Amino acid sequence: MKNKKNIVYAIIAVVIFIVLFALVNAGVLSRKYEGLLVPIGVNVILAVSLNLIVGFLGELSLGHAGFMSVGAYAGCLFTVHSNLPVMVELPIAFVIGGLAAAIFGLIIGIPALRLKGDYLAIVTLGFGEIIRSVFNSLDILGGSGGLKGIDKSSNYIMAYVLAVITVLVIANLINSKHGRAIKSIRDNVIAAESVGVNVVYYKILAFVLSAFFAGIAGVLYGHNLAILKPATFDFNKSIEILVMVVLGGMGSIPGSIIAAVILTVLPEAMRSLADYRMLFYAVALIVMMLFSSNPALVEFRQRLFGKKKRGGK
Amino acid sequence: MKLNRILALLTAGLMTVSFAGCGDSNAGSDAAEGGTFKIGGIGPLTGDAASYGTSVKNGAQIAVDEINAAGGANGIQLELLFEDDECDEEKSVNAYNTLMDKGAQAIVGATTSGCSIAVSAASVNDGVLQITPSGSAADCTKTDNAFRICFTDPLQGETMAQYITDKGFKNVAVIYNNGDEYSKGIHDAFSAKFTELGGTVVTDESFTTGDVDFNTQLTKIKSSGADCIFLPIYYTEVAYITDQAAALGISLPYFGCDGWDGVIKQLNGDTTNINGATFLTPFISTDSDPKIQNFVETYKTSYNAEPDQFAADGYDAVYAIKLAIEKAGDTANEALIAAMTQITVDGLTGEMTFDASGEPTKSAKVAVIQDGAYTAE
Repeated sequence: MKNKKNIVYAIIAVVIFIVLFALVNAGVLSRKYEGLLVPIGVNVILAVSLNLIVGFLGELSLGHAGFMSVGAYAGCLFTVHSNLPVMVELPIAFVIGGLAAAIFGLIIGIPALRLKGDYLAIVTLGFGEIIRSVFNSLDILGGSGGLKGIDKSSNYIMAYVLAVITVLVIANLINSKHGRAIKSIRDNVIAAESVGVNVVYYKILAFVLSAFFAGIAGVLYGHNLAILKPATFDFNKSIEILVMVVLGGMGSIPGSIIAAVILTVLPEAMRSLADYRMLFYAVALIVMMLFSSNPALVEFRQRLFGKKKRGGK
Repeated sequence: MKLNRILALLTAGLMTVSFAGCGDSNAGSDAAEGGTFKIGGIGPLTGDAASYGTSVKNGAQIAVDEINAAGGANGIQLELLFEDDECDEEKSVNAYNTLMDKGAQAIVGATTSGCSIAVSAASVNDGVLQITPSGSAADCTKTDNAFRICFTDPLQGETMAQYITDKGFKNVAVIYNNGDEYSKGIHDAFSAKFTELGGTVVTDESFTTGDVDFNTQLTKIKSSGADCIFLPIYYTEVAYITDQAAALGISLPYFGCDGWDGVIKQLNGDTTNINGATFLTPFISTDSDPKIQNFVETYKTSYNAEPDQFAADGYDAVYAIKLAIEKAGDTANEALIAAMTQITVDGLTGEMTFDASGEPTKSAKVAVIQDGAYTAE
């Protein structure tokens, strides 16, 4: 049963890839949408990894852009200063970026996870701002002008493969023994502890893993733009990722993927509205939030897809 | 399980649907045959830096209208397409891709340094001519297809060092913004050049963005024996510093950089404390040059605002493209880029030529603040 499910997912992943590959090579996609493929990949990785903390562990983190920036700077600094061929250099950069972010996830995680709820949210927020200030003032990282001279070497195939790996790892974790432990912490900490779940261990595991993937997304981001500016990784970036998670539904991986795709494409698709773009974007966001959470609309949607109401998330 | 499968399929469907049907690419190559040359502009029209992008857009539009009214470039009419980048690197690249979809054949942008660097990393693969009106970081012209209209930050610092030395000052006090690339870039080059010219930077003080109290720095300057103060910073802090200096009884001559443009408005027109202050600027709207007066008047009637240097930079960038088309006699990318180094643009920001590295060679103008107005020296 479980294997069958994995096979279905694998087939879906391959089919999407073939469709994408065909679209890009046949020139059906316009430049604009082809250029959006990497940002979509980045946002899918960010949203799915943040969902692990917010949706499955049940803790609010506002520092995801901070982890992303640590990974981005670590990975990009490596490729800027190494002279290896791109195909060797980039995979190493992804690993370095991911590990650097994971280490920060651990450093922040150990003291921060003693806190809960709002308090943890503020601490992660503070972490994000501190990281940004540090990058702003370190000359070796380019200071406020940003890290320059990065090769524009990431492409949509890389972005797609990394996004699929992220989804596979997190989805499999969630459906494993560890994942059930993480979800039990979300549902009831005391009950989880009483049946022997090591709360601290699983909290840190989720935090580190989430930071790891955020770091990879950062490396991908940096190599897509050729410049990294500390100002990009501000509080708003963290909120943007959080919006994707909330819009897609807490604890729903397909939801996070869909929301990341929509929220990346939408502002660009609305370019023809010129000055009213931001207004319509905000309205669209509100409508989508209502559509995904208003009970009446949810019922309507469920009737539409013929799904019986089911407990849990 | 059923739900998961439905959702997964939905994702697949959604991804394909959202990308399909939006392809009208390959418009770039044959657009010129219709007799129009499309110039793509990129800059922030929304967000914190919106005023810069709007100025560039308006200035460029005036140039396009003028050129078209006069018969175009080699008989080819110009068309300006402008896309918003919100001063965000990723959005800037999206804007660039959108413009290329619409058939842009040359790029005026991006307006800010970071965005300009991100766009040139993409545009170099298309080989399209890119002229940034106001991206002043050194890396903006790193690629072969990229040129710029404005001064680089280091060049401004060096020019001011020379200017202050020529005025006979030997001991300068400097206050700069440590957290701002622009300010730091000017400061570093200034210090090096000024020392090289035999002067001394007697006090070197810094602050970070958001600071409003400069008494500590000014007190040090007061007792340092400096004979002038150089402020390579934006006009907001200039207003704070000069007010607080006056309160401390400091009355040294001030020198500044092009970020000073706007300081009179910031001081509500009261320039008692900074009369005689001079700063480097590419564009002075009160310049008596008829070309500039003509531009200022058109700008005021069209947009009901006073043009700033960004507007002038945008205007000059369009004229540089026009001259390149005329020089090349062709609109192919390589021909335009090759022609860029052979043209001389007699623009609003001075007469300029470009070298192969993309840098402009032009003389600096110096504005003097006197009795509530900027005057050209």
